[in-house]
Amino acid sequence: MAKIIVVTSGKGGVGKTTTSAAIATGLAMRGFKTVVIDFDVGLRNLDLIMGCERRVVYDFVNVIKKEATLNQALIKDKRTPGLFILPASQTRDKDALSMEGVQTVLENLAKDFEYIICDSPAGIEQGAQMALYFADEAIVVTNPEVSSVRDSDRIIGILQSKSLKAEQGGTVKEHLLLTRYNPERVASAEMLSVADVEDILAVPLLGVIPESEAVLKASNQGAPVILDQESEAGQAYLDAVSRLLGEDVKHRFLEVQKKGFLKRLLGGK
Amino acid sequence: MAKVCFQMKGTAFTAVVMDLQAYSADLFRAQLKQKIDTAPQFFNASPLVLNLASFEGQLEDEQLEHIVAVCREEGLQPIACRGATPELRYTVMGLGLASLPAAKTRSSEIPAEPVQAKVKQVEPEQTVAEPAPVVRPSKVITKPVRSGQQVYAEGCDLIVMAAVSEGAEVLADGHIHVYGPLRGRALAGVKGDTNARVFCRQMEAELVSIAGYFVMNEKLRELCWKEPAHAFLEGESIQVAVI
Ligand SMILES: Nc1ncnc2c1ncn2[C@@H]1O[C@H](COP(=O)(O)OP(=O)(O)OP(=O)(O)O)[C@@H](O)[C@H]1O
Ligand SMILES: [Mg+2]
Repeated sequence: MAKIIVVTSGKGGVGKTTTSAAIATGLAMRGFKTVVIDFDVGLRNLDLIMGCERRVVYDFVNVIKKEATLNQALIKDKRTPGLFILPASQTRDKDALSMEGVQTVLENLAKDFEYIICDSPAGIEQGAQMALYFADEAIVVTNPEVSSVRDSDRIIGILQSKSLKAEQGGTVKEHLLLTRYNPERVASAEMLSVADVEDILAVPLLGVIPESEAVLKASNQGAPVILDQESEAGQAYLDAVSRLLGEDVKHRFLEVQKKGFLKRLLGGK
Repeated sequence: MAKVCFQMKGTAFTAVVMDLQAYSADLFRAQLKQKIDTAPQFFNASPLVLNLASFEGQLEDEQLEHIVAVCREEGLQPIACRGATPELRYTVMGLGLASLPAAKTRSSEIPAEPVQAKVKQVEPEQTVAEPAPVVRPSKVITKPVRSGQQVYAEGCDLIVMAAVSEGAEVLADGHIHVYGPLRGRALAGVKGDTNARVFCRQMEAELVSIAGYFVMNEKLRELCWKEPAHAFLEGESIQVAVI
């Protein structure tokens, strides 16, 4: 049976799409047949970050409206074997997704895939609720600042009351992913620390992704940052994937880096 | 110092909610009469909230005016409309009613109580009967109450064994106990029980209220911030003390 994982946050622009692309790629790299779905209808971002925007012919909405088959719409990733993308439509409006339609698509995907990653739109309204409704697990993406944490708290409340799992009396397994973490700004108290966020949300920590220029570079190149294994962000996403698979990996990149002698000399980062 | 003219209090009170599903002038009045006859005392002068959210089709201005008029004639006191379409909102206000947003889905844990259930409580036979001691078990919540959620322990105490987040609200007719950090709002004795108390292991609340009297966050910061504390009513003022 496929595992359905929603990547959600409440607040916008915190790194959901970056995370969906990285985690999906990471799972495929570990040998799991994975599909990542863009639920952000109307905005369509995932295909850019996955670098497949020019290969989009049909999209999620076409499949739901039976204008195309799933196989026609699925895009096979060129870099990572076993990875597929189901892009969102840029032209439709948000109401184009229907609950029954989404359910049918997920059921069909579940026959072929081991992991289904759902990239949620921002907000706590219908679009976000649609993306999380069928989830078995949720990666709650949070930035270390008060408004993002508050929104994450809200979306967790919704996960545990309005998802199918919750309606059936179960729970959606929660994972906290803290992104854009900047230890220097935490040290100067401009940002919340990992401990602060864990204390407020009380959700197991899947990983901490440092603020990194590699993310922007990766999205410009259309290659998920997890493929950039030189970068701290890429390594942190690799660790997060391992933890998602149940491995016990120590958290890294939490402390302010003491610049080494050479680095100080060269002024490098 | 100028004389204090008023004091503001937050409160919760019981109102009858009418979920309007369909409308026909004749049927409406007949059915309303019939309903009221089942428990005249209960409905007499009862505040009424008209919920239009589940109305099938389009409700016209005149129809709404008629509905409100009939309710008034039958002795109800319409106070607000909930879930009116933007087009209807002016009519709602013109009728002197408050326009409330559609029932917030945030109170997801508390199913709306059907009017029927309340009607039963006030049936004459029952009110006259010897009041048997009703012991209701406390409501126990084991998971965090998250921002935007609301939990209400009706007719009993509330025990929360996890955190109550900022932006969350816990209410009880009796006492409230919170064994995680209390960061949201806690309202005990919401039906007016002045003996109700709020107990918590880590006080960081936005607001603590007992029987409608409340203290806000700023005051709590001075008194017992992040400490185990309890709040109780003494006369008309809330006392907060470290336990
Ligand atoms: N770890 C990081 N370091 C630096 N920049 C980051 C990091 N993660 C995300 N970003 C940047 O933040 C911006 C928003 O990221 P992304 O599109 O993934 O967020 P989102 O939550 O999907 O947004 P939306 O709510 O609009 O869908 C992008 O410009 C991205 O490059
Ligand atoms: Mg996005």
